[in-house]
Amino acid sequence: MTVTEAPRIVTSRMGYEDSHTLARFLATGGYEGLRKALQMSPAEVAAEVDAASLLGRGGAGFPAGRKWSMLRKGPLPYLVVNGDESEPATFKDHLLIERDPHQLIEGVVIAAYALQVAQAFIYIRGEFALGLERVQEALNEAYEHGAVGEDIFGSGFSLDIVVHPGAGAYICGEETALLESLEGKRGFPRIKPPYFPAAIGLYGQPTVVNNVETVSNLPWIIRQGAAAFTALGGGRSAGTRLFALAGHVRRPGVYELEMVKTTFRDLIYDPSLGGGIPEDRALKAFIPGGVSAPWLGPEHLDTPLGQDEVAALDTMLGSGSVVVMDETTCAVRAAWRITKFFHRESCGQCTPCREGGGWLEKVLRRIEDGAGREEDLDLLMDVCDNIAPGVSWPPAQTTICVLGPSIPSSIASGIRMFRDEFLQHLKEGGCPHG
Amino acid sequence: MSHLSPEIRARCEELLALYPHPRSALIPICHVAQEQDGWLTPEAIAEVAELVGVTPAEVLGTAGFYDMLHTEPVGRYLVAICTNIACLLRGAEELLAHAEERLGIGVGDTTPDGLFTLEDAECLADCGRAPCLQVNHRFFGNLDPAAFDQLVEDLRAGRLDGEVPPHGTLIRVRRAGGLRVDPARVAAERRAMAERVAAEEAASGQGGKEDGR
Repeated sequence: MTVTEAPRIVTSRMGYEDSHTLARFLATGGYEGLRKALQMSPAEVAAEVDAASLLGRGGAGFPAGRKWSMLRKGPLPYLVVNGDESEPATFKDHLLIERDPHQLIEGVVIAAYALQVAQAFIYIRGEFALGLERVQEALNEAYEHGAVGEDIFGSGFSLDIVVHPGAGAYICGEETALLESLEGKRGFPRIKPPYFPAAIGLYGQPTVVNNVETVSNLPWIIRQGAAAFTALGGGRSAGTRLFALAGHVRRPGVYELEMVKTTFRDLIYDPSLGGGIPEDRALKAFIPGGVSAPWLGPEHLDTPLGQDEVAALDTMLGSGSVVVMDETTCAVRAAWRITKFFHRESCGQCTPCREGGGWLEKVLRRIEDGAGREEDLDLLMDVCDNIAPGVSWPPAQTTICVLGPSIPSSIASGIRMFRDEFLQHLKEGGCPHG
Repeated sequence: MSHLSPEIRARCEELLALYPHPRSALIPICHVAQEQDGWLTPEAIAEVAELVGVTPAEVLGTAGFYDMLHTEPVGRYLVAICTNIACLLRGAEELLAHAEERLGIGVGDTTPDGLFTLEDAECLADCGRAPCLQVNHRFFGNLDPAAFDQLVEDLRAGRLDGEVPPHGTLIRVRRAGGLRVDPARVAAERRAMAERVAAEEAASGQGGKEDGR
C-alpha cells in the first residue's frame, strides 16, 4: 500500500517559515472560506459541515455537524474551542495553534456564523506560551483586517473572540471540565446528564465545544465543498486527519494523511512518514490513539487509519497519536508511566479514579523494581475491574468522566500481551530490560 | 496600597472586561499577577480576589489545582522535563537524572542562587522532538546531556533572555482593544430570533425538540 496523494487540508502552509502571519495567510487563500460562508445562510453553512461528515478530532470522534444541531434554541449561545491538548503523545493541535493561527481563527468565525454565536473563546493549553502569543497576535490582526469584530467583512455578522489560557491540568481537555476552568474554577468535570454542553454549557447556557483540528478543517470544507471532503477517506471517516507519531521511529512528527486509505504500517514504516524503527529493531506494540487507548501488536499493522476500523479492534483512534514501542521497551515500565500520569492528573472527585490510580501505580512500580508479589497481576486486574467493571472496551464507567476508566487500558493491554514479561519481573526480582 | 504594579493591574482590568462573568478572568489574571514576583504571593492572591470579586481562599483553592500557578517561590527559570511515555522511550529518565546531577538539585527543588527550579513534567505535546523540556514554558527539544548543559550555560549567561523571559511572564502579546460587539444588541437580536423560531414551530405544530436552526 502506498501513501495516497491527498490534498493537505489543515497543514497546507506548514512549508512556509512565516505560516503564522496574516500576509502569508492571505497569499494562500486565507479568509476566502469565511468570505464564502458569509454569502451563504447560517443554516447552509451548518448543512455543508454536516454533509462533510466531519468527525470531531479531539478524541471522542463525535460528528461536528450533529454536535452543532444539538444546540438548543436560546439567547446568546457560546462557542468554545478546545485547544487544551494534553493527551500524552498527542501534539497535532500544538502544531496548528503555533503554525497556522489564522486558519484556526477563520474556522472559529465560520463556526460562530453557522451557530449565530456572538462570543467565542479559544481555550489554549497554558504551557503553549508561543502558541498563546501567536494566536493573540493573529487575533489582533484579524480584528484589524475586519475578519473578527463588528460587521465582519460587511456582512452584518458580528463576533468577539477571546483567547483564554489554561494553567496546567490534563483534565481540562474534558469538555465540561474545560467549561468549569473557563468559568474560573478548578477543572472538575461536571456530572452527567446533561451529556452535552449544547444543553447546559458555559454559564449554564447552550454551548458548542469543538477541537482545534476540527475547527481548522472548516475553511477548506467551505471553500472546496463537502463533496470534496467526503471524496477523501472512507466509511464514516471522511477527509484527512493529523497523526502524531511518537516513540521508537526514525522520523517522529505530525503527518496529515487520508483516513482509511492509509494504514498503521504506512504511518510507521513509510520512508516519507515514520521511516521505520531505528536500527531496524522489531516492533513490540503500539498505542493507536493516545495513552487512554488499549495497545495493538504487530499483527494489527495493516489496520486502516479509520475511526470504525480501529474501534473494531476494541481500541480507538482517539486523539490520533500513535506511540511506537520497539522490542527494547519494558511493558511494565510503559504501563507504570502511563498509570502514574493518570494518577497525577486525576481531579480527585471520584474514589475509583483518585484511589485506584494511585494503588495501580504503586503495584506496577514495585513489580518494575523487583519487589512484586505473585498475586500482584490478579490484584492489578481486580483494581482495574473496580474502576471499569469488566475491563472491556469501551470501558464501563464508575466515575464522572472517562479519565478513570482509561487507566486500565495500558495495564490490561500489558498483561494480556506480555504476561510472561510481567511474570519474569516477579521471578527474576527486577526488570529484565535493566 | 496595591501590591500589583499599576501596569499589571491595568492589564488585569482589561482581562476582566472580556468576560460575561468576572470570575472567568481568574486564571488569566493569576497568570498576569504571577509576572510580578514570579509566583503568586499572598498579597497578589488577595488582590486577585478583590479584582475578581471572590475570597482569597477561592483564588488559592483554584490556583492550587493548576500546575502552572505557583503559590510558593520558584526560580527564575522553571525547567520542566517531560518524562511521559513518548519522551521516556527516547531517554527522558536519563535526561532527568543528568539534570539533577548538573543542577545539583532534585525534582521540585530550587538551586540556592534562585536561578533554577526543576520539575518532572507530564507530556508537553512536543513529542516529535523527544526528549523535550520547557524553560518557563518555552520549548527545547531533541535534548541529550550535552545539549542540556549548553542550554543551562546559555540561560546563565543571559544569551536566551529574548526567548525566555523570567518565570511568571507567559503571554507577551497584549490584546489590542476590548470587546467590540455590543452584548445588549446581540441579546435583543437573539431573543427576537428565538421568538420567531418558536412562533414558526408552534405554527407548524412541531415540538421543537429537533434541530434548532
